[in-house]
Parts: sequence; structure tokens; C-alpha cells
Amino acid sequence: MTVTTQTVTVTVDGVVVEVPAGTLIIRVAEMLGTAIPRFCDHPLLDPVAACRMCLVEIEGQGKPQPSCAVTVSDGMVIKTQHTSEMAEKAQAGVMEFLLINHPLDCPICDKGGECPLQNQAMTNGQGETRFEGTKRTFPKPINVSAQVLLDRERCVSCARCTRFADQIAGDPFIELLERGAKQQVGTSEDQPFDSYFSGNTIQICPVGALTSAKYRFRSRPFDLISTPTACEHCASGCALRTDVRRSTVMRRLAWDAPEVNEEWNCDKGRFAFPYTSEGRLTHPLVRDEAGNLGPASWPEALRVAAAGLAGIGKSTAVLTGGRVTVEDAKAYASFAREVLGTNDVDFRARAVSNEETAFLANHVANKPMDVTYGDLEAAKSVLLVSFEPEDESPIVFLRLRKAALSGTTKVFAVAPYTSAGLAKMKGTLLAAGPREEVSVIASAASHLSGDSVILVGERAAQTPGALTAVAELAAKTGAKLAWIPRRAGDRGALDAGLLPIDGRNTSEIVSATGSAVKGLVIGGVSPEDVDGDLLSAIDKAQFVVSLETRHTEITAEADVVLPVAVVTEKAGTFRNWEGRDRSFAAVIPTPGALSDADVLGELARELGKSLSVSDFWASATKPALKADAASTESVGNGQAVLSTWRHLLDKGSLQSGEPYLAATARVAVVRVSPATAQKLNLVDGGTATVSCCGNSASAPLIVTAGMTDDVVWLPANSEGSSLNLPSGCVVEVSQGGN
Amino acid sequence: MTLTPVLSAHWDEADSYKIAGYMRNGGYTAFKKAFATGPDEIISLVKDSGLRGRGGAGFPTGLKWSFVPQGDDKPHYLVINADESEPGACKDIPLMMANPHALIEGVIIAAYAMRANHAFIYLRGEVPHVFRRVNSAIREAYAAGYLGKNIMGSGFDLEVVLHAGAGAYICGEETALLDSLEGRRGQPRLKPPFPAVAGLYASPSCVNNVETIANIPYIVNNGVDWFKSFGTEKSPGFKLFAVSGHVNRPGIYEAPLGITMRELLEHAGGVRDGHKVKFWLPGGSSVPMLTPDLLDTPLTYEDIAAAGSMLGTGTPMIFDETTSVVRAVTGWLAFYKHESCGKCTPCREGTWWLSDVLHRFEDGHGTEADLDKLIDICSQIAGRSFCALGDAAATPFPAALKYFRDEFVQATNAPANESFDPVAATVFAGATR
Repeated sequence: MTVTTQTVTVTVDGVVVEVPAGTLIIRVAEMLGTAIPRFCDHPLLDPVAACRMCLVEIEGQGKPQPSCAVTVSDGMVIKTQHTSEMAEKAQAGVMEFLLINHPLDCPICDKGGECPLQNQAMTNGQGETRFEGTKRTFPKPINVSAQVLLDRERCVSCARCTRFADQIAGDPFIELLERGAKQQVGTSEDQPFDSYFSGNTIQICPVGALTSAKYRFRSRPFDLISTPTACEHCASGCALRTDVRRSTVMRRLAWDAPEVNEEWNCDKGRFAFPYTSEGRLTHPLVRDEAGNLGPASWPEALRVAAAGLAGIGKSTAVLTGGRVTVEDAKAYASFAREVLGTNDVDFRARAVSNEETAFLANHVANKPMDVTYGDLEAAKSVLLVSFEPEDESPIVFLRLRKAALSGTTKVFAVAPYTSAGLAKMKGTLLAAGPREEVSVIASAASHLSGDSVILVGERAAQTPGALTAVAELAAKTGAKLAWIPRRAGDRGALDAGLLPIDGRNTSEIVSATGSAVKGLVIGGVSPEDVDGDLLSAIDKAQFVVSLETRHTEITAEADVVLPVAVVTEKAGTFRNWEGRDRSFAAVIPTPGALSDADVLGELARELGKSLSVSDFWASATKPALKADAASTESVGNGQAVLSTWRHLLDKGSLQSGEPYLAATARVAVVRVSPATAQKLNLVDGGTATVSCCGNSASAPLIVTAGMTDDVVWLPANSEGSSLNLPSGCVVEVSQGGN
Repeated sequence: MTLTPVLSAHWDEADSYKIAGYMRNGGYTAFKKAFATGPDEIISLVKDSGLRGRGGAGFPTGLKWSFVPQGDDKPHYLVINADESEPGACKDIPLMMANPHALIEGVIIAAYAMRANHAFIYLRGEVPHVFRRVNSAIREAYAAGYLGKNIMGSGFDLEVVLHAGAGAYICGEETALLDSLEGRRGQPRLKPPFPAVAGLYASPSCVNNVETIANIPYIVNNGVDWFKSFGTEKSPGFKLFAVSGHVNRPGIYEAPLGITMRELLEHAGGVRDGHKVKFWLPGGSSVPMLTPDLLDTPLTYEDIAAAGSMLGTGTPMIFDETTSVVRAVTGWLAFYKHESCGKCTPCREGTWWLSDVLHRFEDGHGTEADLDKLIDICSQIAGRSFCALGDAAATPFPAALKYFRDEFVQATNAPANESFDPVAATVFAGATR
């Protein structure tokens, strides 16, 4: 396809330049290296022309014009502050206006040193103020949320935060209130604060009006050492910048990656980093003959680990968790298959199925990057299966919302109800509980074509037949297919071969431990994530080696614990859901900090072998994809089929130590359809209890219209609900509880 | 020049505001004529009449209508700006009180011409009595079959909604009005797109002033030549001049454009006895003040502009020598500060600063250096702000300083209330206290 861009010729400060028609003047100036001062302008937000800082002279027009809102036309002659007295005076005037009521608290302001107002006051303002009155004051700060604090005196009413909330995140978050000099950012009284993206408002605030509870008053920008990094939380693959002061991470910012996260990230990626410095393992641990776990030197620990694994190598299983880098994943794959000689290796710390194994092997593993964020934006329709983007890959959500609002893309979701995220994407619900998913997937073909994309989440493994149906749907319609896991390391682990081809999957490993499986090598796995009782498997295992960053339930039970580096201490690469590599450098170079790959390399050497870098998938025999049998468990009186996923901000261990972030997490609710509510005697607004196999959770009940009958939805492992079961379980649902 | 009551011809009749009164005097005949003529022809007719918007800017009405794209399969909206809030302006409110049906018939014709099936009248919220009156007039028109589905068998549908504002001057700005009408905070919108392309609910819309639209039935009934027989070539027609201030008979005087202020003053019974004009404003507080030597200037868009002011809403305010210019300007700036919507920096901060400094003058604490500063602040607001509210706020002071610098200098050491007894400027001046 040839795209012809119409161009126009304009003159900026005497320089003649040809640019695409429709370009904003301020962007043309940027192309020429001319910085026009601005506050409200943001390239990813619609122009508002409110701050008036970017006024320039356009020949033939009597008044200076806002360069952030006027597009160029052929022959336009533009003069910026560098060549126009009118523009220079107008800008100086606006700057003076902005400063008359701005508190002179730069020395204690978080923004001081990286503040557009401070910087532009120097470049485009006057040295002295002519204001002699009393500045306007407001009580401060006020909480916009637990995390975001507002200083109304510093606010310049640029509306970047409110436009972000409205145009990008789509959350009823903050709005401008009152008028005139009393205009202020405020929160709505009857719409609760609820945004996974609130931290972006702090970052794009051009003054110190919005600050985070986490970072407020903690450091000065010029004391920080900044390193470009990649986010370790989900598979979106955000570029971040990590700022460190005296070897401590002070904050993380969304960094510029136009093809991936544009300039945004989610609050989890921004604020969930205290785990990197809390409860860390500082030295290896070895269990002595009396059964006590005690400190050991690296040589001793490696020797004990090697000795323990030497005898049972082929009967050892390797579980890596979803946080491994591409480099570490390759090391685990080589260590398992070549050093230990086992095929019992699985990166999936969650409910799994052999249908999924075959699906991943045939349709995802090691595939080139053929579905990208850009494809989502260009697609005519996108079908979501077992995937709630806002909770499970927030940047995918932002991109889909952008695509949906621009009118190019229609979003359809096979889901139990219209989630807030789906509504914000103007999406269409194809209602299905776990038992209806397969048939609804098949019937979704009418919404798809060769210009469509199917995004299937990792939860599809919980529904027998779903992944087979998805693969058939893609083949039938010609739609592109992409798999979006929840964790940053999942795709890299899959590509490295950490999938049980000819071996046991996670659940099978857990149940075979103590019999066929004698030893376990466990990376970053939380026991509650695994479908099966991992802790009692560890109990039964003959020998357990744990590679961990922190003290956990697993390290407490392991025979040898080998401390490994967290992301801030090592360089590496995460491969995001697209298959795009997101490399990062060590933020805090830490002598003695070893990555998983380093440790496995040493362990291999201790075993008299070495790690290789062979391409597993080149020679792997991929199992044929066929649907697992659907559940036939009957749904009795007082029961329903569970549908569930995790909220973005859940009880995951990497979010520990950040109370302000935790306070913004969504609280669990139970959802059922009106008919199911009646059948189960549940009352809207009351409390409902969901229980299964001795575990239960109680949460407020929301009767949800349009939901599939005989299905109950409850978030997994989230604030207000610790229940952590896969979808498809038959659960008891009753009124009441606490 | 004599008065020429057209809109106000029958205001003295007891039932002028009722449909019976309106029809007795020829009302509700023009729209039938318009239906028989055809929409494009009506737009041409209004264009030919040279009618200019009576809300303040004086934009040619027919041209504005022709901007609404036709045959675009989108709903079109006619919006009547009845948010009369300009200090000194009081002509739409009396018109709607005494002759609401002229407005409604004008709405029918205008909506028909621009193919709008929905019209909204955005009335300022502070006048519930006017709201009741216009509302009952709309009800009468519906009952008579002049509004609603298939009006008089013409196949033309029109629903009219009367909406009360919530007390913001900015909502008189047409795009802020549209935002307010949509249920948002009233703040002006970025243009383009202009309302004619994407106005109310992002559909083609036209926003017209009450008096402008009330003119339409009379133009349709009496023709272009009749209309052009009033006024001047560039300012044809007649105007409701609302004369207020220090005159013996303040009120509405309907006269052809081109009447002079001196003539209008005579109709209004002249300046208060024993006093003389100190300064006057042709159309609300947003236009520069003029001095008594310009009283013979014809009140037309072009002549008042040449004299250094603007016709604005055509609602002259007359101030006699008991008035403190400092107090008057400070009062106006307090208004603009209060009404600035806050969207753009120059208006939000500039009105706040101007008001702050002017209050010092009113209290007798200004300095001569402050005068230059005020002029500079005004120059940094005018032409820099997002909408015309900022321009309006920057208008009163420079004109006042030009003519009455001495008074501001005097106010550097004497409070305005000492130099000018506030009571002397009131209607109850001289009454026994």
C-alpha cells in the first residue's frame, strides 16, 4: 500500500521547510530544533490551547496564535519567540501570569530540577516579578488517591492530568472544578477514584502539583542516577527509567517507547519495586544433617547442591516461574535438559493443561513477531479470549482503547460480563462462562476477518477445548493470533524451551513429586500460584534446590537455597507478548549479585558440565493440538461455575512493601447474573460467600445484567478475596459471610 | 431620528406575551410564508437583508446560517443564546418577557431554513420569571400546532427545548454555551471545528442571539427592502437600545441603527437633572468607554468602531459626573475576575491580578507605576486569551486611563469613595437619610 502524504511548505523563523499537511506548528518547530515553551501541549493528548505559553506570530494575523493547536497551511510564515517581538512578549506575559500565584517553594518541591515551569521561567520569563499582592493559597496537599497527592497552589491548570484520565485511561479520575482563579483539579464525589494508570498524571504534570506518596520529598532529580530499564511485572514490555540515589531505587518512570508503551505505564510497573530491597537473601543457605537451614559459603552451597542433584538428575523437575529473563530462561532450559537430563520443566506457575502445551508449542513458541501493538491499532476487529487486558496486560488495554476510540478497531470479548475495561474500550461482550467459552469462540467467526487479531490469554488453559477452538477460529477466519501471558518472563521462557515437551507439566510435576520425581529445582515460584500443593510436594521431594531473591515459604523448606539477583542488580532481556526483546541494564551494579544464569552455570560446572545455547525448538517434536475433554462435573443446588482472574493489583509477592499502591487496588466483588442470584437466593449489595474444597472468600455481591447464568465471578488472589482457584471449578455460593 | 417600534410595537398591550396578542398583530404568519418559500430562499433572504447578529459581534446572520452544511445526513441544531449576562445589557430579557412569540416564530423559520429539527433556547438561570414566560409561550405554540411533528402539514418537525443556565457569564460564549448545554462545565471550545461543522453533540449547529432571531419573522413578512429602509448600508435594520445609567427615563428604545446617542438620550429624558454626561459605553461593559464629545456618533457597527469603541449589544450606559471612574472600572474587573472560566492563563491570572491592583486604587493605595503595569497587563491579556472574555476584561481600564488619568493619579493617595461620594451616583441621591 502506498501512502501519499500531502506536504505543505512553511517558513519558521526564516527557515523554509516542507512538512506533512496537518502538522501542528509546535511540532514543525521541534523538527527544526526550535523549542517553543509549553505546558498544556502533550503529543499524545488532544490540543487544548489553554496555557497560552506557546504563542507564536503568524504573518498576516494580528494576534499571536497557540502553536500547539494551529496546524500549518501552505505558505504560512511563522515567527517564534526567536524572531518575533510579539511572540516573545506574549510568552513572557503568560509566564509572568503563571508565576504570580505560583508558590516559590522550588527548593522543597519534588519537581525542582526537572520542572518545565522552572526551566521555562529561566528561558522565557523575566528575572523580576512585578507582582506585589498576596498569592492565592489552598490547603495542601490533598489526596487525589492514596498514591497521588495534589498541591493546588502549584497547579497551572494545564489539564494534562484530566485529559490523560479522560482520553488515555478512560477513568473517572480527576476533573477541573470551579472557575477563574479558583479553578482546581479535584475528584468526583460520587465516582470513586479507580485508575491503574494514575502515576502517569504525576509524570506528565509540568509542575509539582501532582506528587506521589511514595516519592514525595525523597530526593532531588539532580541527585538521581537514571538507567533505562524494562518492566518485570507483566508481558506488556514497558520501557521504564529507574532512578537511583545512593544505591536505592527512588522511583520508576514510564519511558519513551512509541512502538510499545508510547509514554505510559501502569501503577504496578511504576510503584511496585520495594520488593527488590526487602527481605532479600544475602547468602546461600544449606540444610545440615540435623535438618536446620543455615548460612553457607557459595562453594559449599554449590557443592551440596551438586551432590544432591547428581544422583537424581533425570528424576529432577525444574520449575522456573514467570519472572525469568531470556538469558536466565536459556540457562534453565539447558540446565534441565542437558545438565540434569530431565524433560520435566515448566515455566507455568499456574493452572496448566497439555492442550495448552501443544498450543504453545505449535502456535506461539519461537514464532517471529507477527502481531504487534501497531497491528492492534490497525486491526478491524480484535477478539479477546480468556484475557482481560486492563487487569492482565494494561498497555495492551491502553492501545486497544486508543484503537477503539479512533474508530478503526472494534473489540469483542469472550468473557463472563462486560468489565469496566471492556466498557472503556467500547467493546462488545460475547457472554460466556467457562463452560460456554468453546462454543462462543467458534461462533465469534462472524466478527473476524483477515484484518482481525485474536488475543488469547493464559487463562485459556483453564478451559478444556478453548485453545483448540481459538486455533481453529484463526485458521478459519485468517485472523492473526497472539498469546498474551500475564508475566514478563513467560514468553522468553517459552521460546527458550521451558515447556514440558515429552515431560511433565507443572501440575503433573507436583503430583509426581515423591514418586517418579525425586528432586526439584525451583526458581521464582509462589506456591499459591500453582494448581496443586507445591509445598507438600517439596516436603515429599528427596532434594530441593531453590534459586530465590527473597526468603519465601519455599526457601524455608529447600535443602539448598541459592540467592539470585533481582532485576535492578543485573542486566538482561524480557521478551514481551509480541516476541519483542526488551533489554535492560543493571541499575545498581552489585558486586556478588549473580543472575539465575550465573548460578546455574556455576552449578553445572560443579556437576562437571557446562550450559549450552542450543535452540530447543529447532529439534523439538511438537505434540499435536487436540482439545481436552470438557468438564462433566454437575452443578448442583447452591452451586455455580467459577470464573475468575486476578486484578492487576493483587496479592502478588512483587507488590509487597508498597502500601500506597496497595491502597489503590480494586476490592473484590462477587458477580452473578440476575437469574442466578434468584436461584441462589443472593441479594444485590449483600455479602456472598464462594467456597470450594475447604477454602472460601466473602465479598459484596453485584448482580450483573448480561452475565451468563450459573456462573459466579470473583477475582483471584486479590484484595478482599484470597481464593485462588482456576476458572471452571464448581463452587458453593451462599448469602452472607464476612 | 424617531423611534421605530417593531419588536416592541405592542409591548404596552396587556397580552403582548400571549399567543393571542401576538397573532392579533400579525404573528405566526411569517413562518407559513417561509414554508411556502423554501429553506434556501429564506437563507438568501436573510443574507440579502444584511441582518447582523445582535449578541455583540455583529456577524452577518444569513452568512452564519449558510455555514451549516446541507444534505449531510446529520442532525442539525439551532441554539438560541438567551444567556444575556453582560453588565449593562438588558434587551433580550425584556423582549422575551413582552414578545416571546416573535422569538419562537423566528426559531421556527431559522430551524426550517437550516434544516434543524431541534432547537434549544439557552436562557440564563437567574431569571425564573422569564423562564416561566418563555416556557408557557412554547407550550402555547405547541398547542397551536406551530411546534412539534409535521408543523401545519408541512412535513417539517421541530422540537424546542428551553434550558436554564446555572449562572456563568462565560456560557454566553457560544462554544461554552454548547458545552454547558451538553451537561459539561461551561468552558469555550477549541476552534476549529466551528459549531457550524461540529457544534452541539458534535453536529452542525448554529448559535444565534434572541434579538437576532426575533427579527426574522418581521423580515420575512415585510421583505428585504422594508428592513433595509432602516439603518445604514452596513448596519441595516432597527435595534432594541437599552439605555441605562444616569438618565431620567432608562429603558428600551427601539430605533433604527444610526440614531445618535444624543438622540437616544433625548428619548430617554436626558441626563439626570442638574448633571451632565461624564462618559458612556455604547454596548455593555466589554466595550471601551467614550466621552461626551462623541455623543453625536451614529450608533452603527461601523461608526462606533471608527470612534474607538464597539456597538456590542447596543445597550448604552450613561454615567454622569458623580461617577468615580476608578470605582466603575474596579467593579467591572471584579465581575470579569469572578466570571473568568479559568481555562486559559492570561484571563484566569490576568483578571485576578488586574482586580487586585485596581482594588488598591479604589482604596487610595495605587502608585503611578502601577498604571503602566496595569496597561501592560491588559496588553498581555488582550489577544492572548482563549476567548473574547479575556479581551473584554482588558478593555475597560485602558480606555478609562486614556480619558481619566487624573482620577487614577488622584486615587494614588485618596480612596475613590472620598473623591466621589458613592451615594451621589445613586437614584436615591439627595433623599433624606
